[in-house]
Amino acid sequence: MTHTVSIEDADVRYACAPQESLLSGLHRLGLRGIPVGCRGGGCGVCKVEITEGEFSTRAMSRDHVSDDDLAHRRLLACRVYPSSDLSVKVIGKLQKKVCTPAADRPLP
Amino acid sequence: MALTGVLRPGHAQVRVLDLEESVRFYRDVLGLVETGRDAQGRVYFKCWDERDHNSYVIREADRAGIDFFGFRVLDKATLDKFDADLRAYGIATERIPAGEMLETGERVRFTLPSGHVMELFADKTKVGNGIPLVNPAPWCKARDHGIAPIRLDHALLYGPNVAEVQKIFTEVLGFYLVERVLTPDGNANAAIWLSCGQKVHDIAFAEYPEPGKLHHCSFLMESWDQVLRAGDIMSMNQVAVDIGPTRHGVTRGCTIYAWDPSGNRFETFMGGHLPYPDYETMTWTFDNFGQGLDYPQRKLHETFLSVVS
Ligand code: FES
Ligand SMILES: [Fe+2]
Repeated sequence: MTHTVSIEDADVRYACAPQESLLSGLHRLGLRGIPVGCRGGGCGVCKVEITEGEFSTRAMSRDHVSDDDLAHRRLLACRVYPSSDLSVKVIGKLQKKVCTPAADRPLP
Repeated sequence: MALTGVLRPGHAQVRVLDLEESVRFYRDVLGLVETGRDAQGRVYFKCWDERDHNSYVIREADRAGIDFFGFRVLDKATLDKFDADLRAYGIATERIPAGEMLETGERVRFTLPSGHVMELFADKTKVGNGIPLVNPAPWCKARDHGIAPIRLDHALLYGPNVAEVQKIFTEVLGFYLVERVLTPDGNANAAIWLSCGQKVHDIAFAEYPEPGKLHHCSFLMESWDQVLRAGDIMSMNQVAVDIGPTRHGVTRGCTIYAWDPSGNRFETFMGGHLPYPDYETMTWTFDNFGQGLDYPQRKLHETFLSVVS
């Protein structure tokens, strides 16, 4: 059973299994230039804001996630696992990659 | 004796987000030998062929990154001399008492202008490498458990004020500059590789706005074949791989960069040329940084410059 993740501000939707992180699902889409960093919640390049839906998380580095971020569900996509359909806003370093139309994206 | 002063990297203490998950990774995938746990909950490891009790220590915390990196110096007199020399140079030092780390003597601790905490120590208990000192076999069965590097080789650290860091290592601690990458305008160093012996580097730094960042700790493999085997083991265990297997232009070392479960990058490394202290520094211009990083692909991978913990 998979859930649908919709990225606001971009015409992107993808299926993500509950045991698959939001980042690895996004990466599977093969969008050019998605910054995949450490995939362990340590480097902070994959920050997103969850605007709707339920999810679970694994530990992530508080260097990149403040109390305020936690309260506003601004989290690291490599440590977030969907338990329902989700709406997600991409922020930080991911933002300009995901929300730039493919034609305008530089080649990697 | 030719090699005096600072002998080698002696230990690194790294923060992890989930201790037991990380213990399984470092022990069973990277193949380090677990040598102890202390009252603070830190877990101690060594590489199989290292003789000192520990070289890599992990601590559970709410953020990833490095706590400190330490060098073994020749003896107690050398430790006291470096302490005095650092103070005379204008760097505050602190003494950490013997026993604060398991099986480790007194440490001299100081903070670099890059924000990294460095340590010097003269004593760590010799526990041996599992091979007798008389009529030793070339290896023991610990060599076949996981990736099984032979030693903690070096670290690459990211932070500000690399020029000042270089002066401290070369003018106070007796290191010399083996290679460097220039900034785009050619007026300063973007990255430096420093040696205290005949290794191609014992520590390296790159200029970065945020202080105290870890780029990677590096573990030495015996051969290119062992680096490829490390890559196989990473894939079998779904380890997040960054770059490689490939060869660096800088150092000529062969490499894989990958991340531990908390996003701390590590390297499995082998080879490199053999510098002497009288050799001239080798210089890379910034437009050749791609070759310096990944010689066959000639590619300045984006993660190399932007992903740190
Ligand atoms: S990729 Fe490094 S924190 Fe998500
Ligand atoms: Fe390295």
